[in-house]
Amino acid sequence: MMKFLTSLFLGAALLAAPVHAQNQPLRIIIDEGVIEPMPFAVPDFVPDSPAAADYAREITRVVASDLTGTGLFREIPSDAFISPVSSFEASVQFADWKAINAQALVTGAVNVSGNRLSVRFRVWDVFSGAELGDGLQFAGTVDGWRRMAHKVADQVYSRITGEGPYFDSRVAFVSESGPKDQRRKRLAIMDYDGANVQYLTDSSSIVLAPRFSPTGDRLLYTSYETGSPRIYVLDVNSVKRQVLPTQEGTMSFAPRFSPDGKTVLYSLAQGGNTDLWRMDISTGNSVRLTSAPSIETAPSYSPDGSQIVFESDRSGTPQLYIMPANGGEATRISFGKGRYGTPVWSPRGDLIAFTKQSKGRFHIGVMRIDGSEERLLTASFLDEGPTWSPNGRVIMFTRETQGASGRSTLYSVDISGRNLRPVRTPDGGSDPSWSPLLN
Amino acid sequence: MNVLGKLAALGALTLVAACSNNDPSTWGSGGAGGSGALAPGSVSDPRSPAYFQQAVGDRVLFEVDQSTLTPAAQATLQAQAEWLMANPDYTATIEGHADEQGTREYNLALGARRANAAREFLVSRGVAGNRLTTVSYGKERPIEICSEESCYAKNRRAVTVLTGSTTG
Repeated sequence: MMKFLTSLFLGAALLAAPVHAQNQPLRIIIDEGVIEPMPFAVPDFVPDSPAAADYAREITRVVASDLTGTGLFREIPSDAFISPVSSFEASVQFADWKAINAQALVTGAVNVSGNRLSVRFRVWDVFSGAELGDGLQFAGTVDGWRRMAHKVADQVYSRITGEGPYFDSRVAFVSESGPKDQRRKRLAIMDYDGANVQYLTDSSSIVLAPRFSPTGDRLLYTSYETGSPRIYVLDVNSVKRQVLPTQEGTMSFAPRFSPDGKTVLYSLAQGGNTDLWRMDISTGNSVRLTSAPSIETAPSYSPDGSQIVFESDRSGTPQLYIMPANGGEATRISFGKGRYGTPVWSPRGDLIAFTKQSKGRFHIGVMRIDGSEERLLTASFLDEGPTWSPNGRVIMFTRETQGASGRSTLYSVDISGRNLRPVRTPDGGSDPSWSPLLN
Repeated sequence: MNVLGKLAALGALTLVAACSNNDPSTWGSGGAGGSGALAPGSVSDPRSPAYFQQAVGDRVLFEVDQSTLTPAAQATLQAQAEWLMANPDYTATIEGHADEQGTREYNLALGARRANAAREFLVSRGVAGNRLTTVSYGKERPIEICSEESCYAKNRRAVTVLTGSTTG
């Protein structure tokens, strides 16, 4: 009964637990109007040995932080616990957890052997006394302890909400320091929650808007390294970068990968006019997709690669349009009052996130791909540049504050508009790009 | 702006340029990334970059979301054209800039429009096109940092930065 499925972590396939035909009364349906966060308890995971004690405690805190960070869960503090969990194998005293109104309980244990670490865990529906899904184990090196914690939290989140996971992911962004007129920008990458920041460039050149490849191993970004904006592709692991070929006397920016990772959409400014182009990244050959005196920029593919959403001021103000991936006739989709920019197709394919400027305020919003059901999720002096979580539930973006001391910070918000919160970074941050779920 | 004001602005700009400049062949005080290492000379010397920056005027300003040249901008560019014609050894990069009201990508495109509008005017007045390059900084290099129209108006600019000598 307590048999575990082991999945090797980092470099090996994650084996999914078999689905048991059972009722799952413990459920958060996220699309309901108002959500009271679900109270849950996650007692410190039990270390198999003293060497595992610190890891066990830290992993537990990351799991709790991931879950409470969604705004969907409320952690019951450990000082309210009636009985300690000192053995992972012992049967759960559901009455003790019911008494403190914990609806969900996560139990776990951590084993450390040399530089190998494994985490095993179970998720319990306290009121029915049933296990939600099966016990699961993640194993890897001790260095990967945070990722294992995120994987545990992803499992808990997915089992309770029915949504896809997203905690085991990274965010590339531009780290910013200094005042507005002397701002220094560096490309950086971190865990989705702001941990493990690494810098990928120095601040000697302006760098803008990193964009992950569909497999998360490369980044496109724009840099002024040669004095003029050009697009670079950077290997995340080796940090080696390569400039993409471009025509003399032009500026290229706003790049984005196609879903198969072979093609780059971008904006090219030539003679004052900005149009959309597509480059085959292996040959460097580019094809022009739009040809108009207006500004065409900020292109983003649909997840199936068949369409492109972009921003154009061909109507007189910046608005959002969709056209076939090979160019051709574009259909306007934004019709609200205001200026629309930086559209990004959701990974589920059903929504477009965008930046909207209206009445002196900026908003992050979402709309359906036909432009209907526009919803503004945020409002501030300057919000821009949305990026989607791998499961299409959460949007991260840049918020810049007003005035001479203005500063950029990364924020995230649920697509319901709830749970707006800053993402902590060592310095200021802008232009986030959320990676796909890591393997 | 009076000369004192311009000198004060120049001082501030030189500081910016010193932090970001990595091209020692560029001259001037464009207020952006690629400018400013070499001594601009004396403003009293009409052939000096300092004279071009301050007496001729190295920048023109734009209305919100516009790249149309105002009469004042045309007058400044006319004087720039005359100076460039009289000093044929110099080349220039025209930097287009936007205020912070707009997305990063759109402002890059808008800055490109502004730089090009200034360049086309200079070319139309006889400056050889191969002496003039353009670059857009979008909203990345404001010179004024308040979030009010008084600052925005100065940030919506195209700056002609002398970049060197065609004969040198």
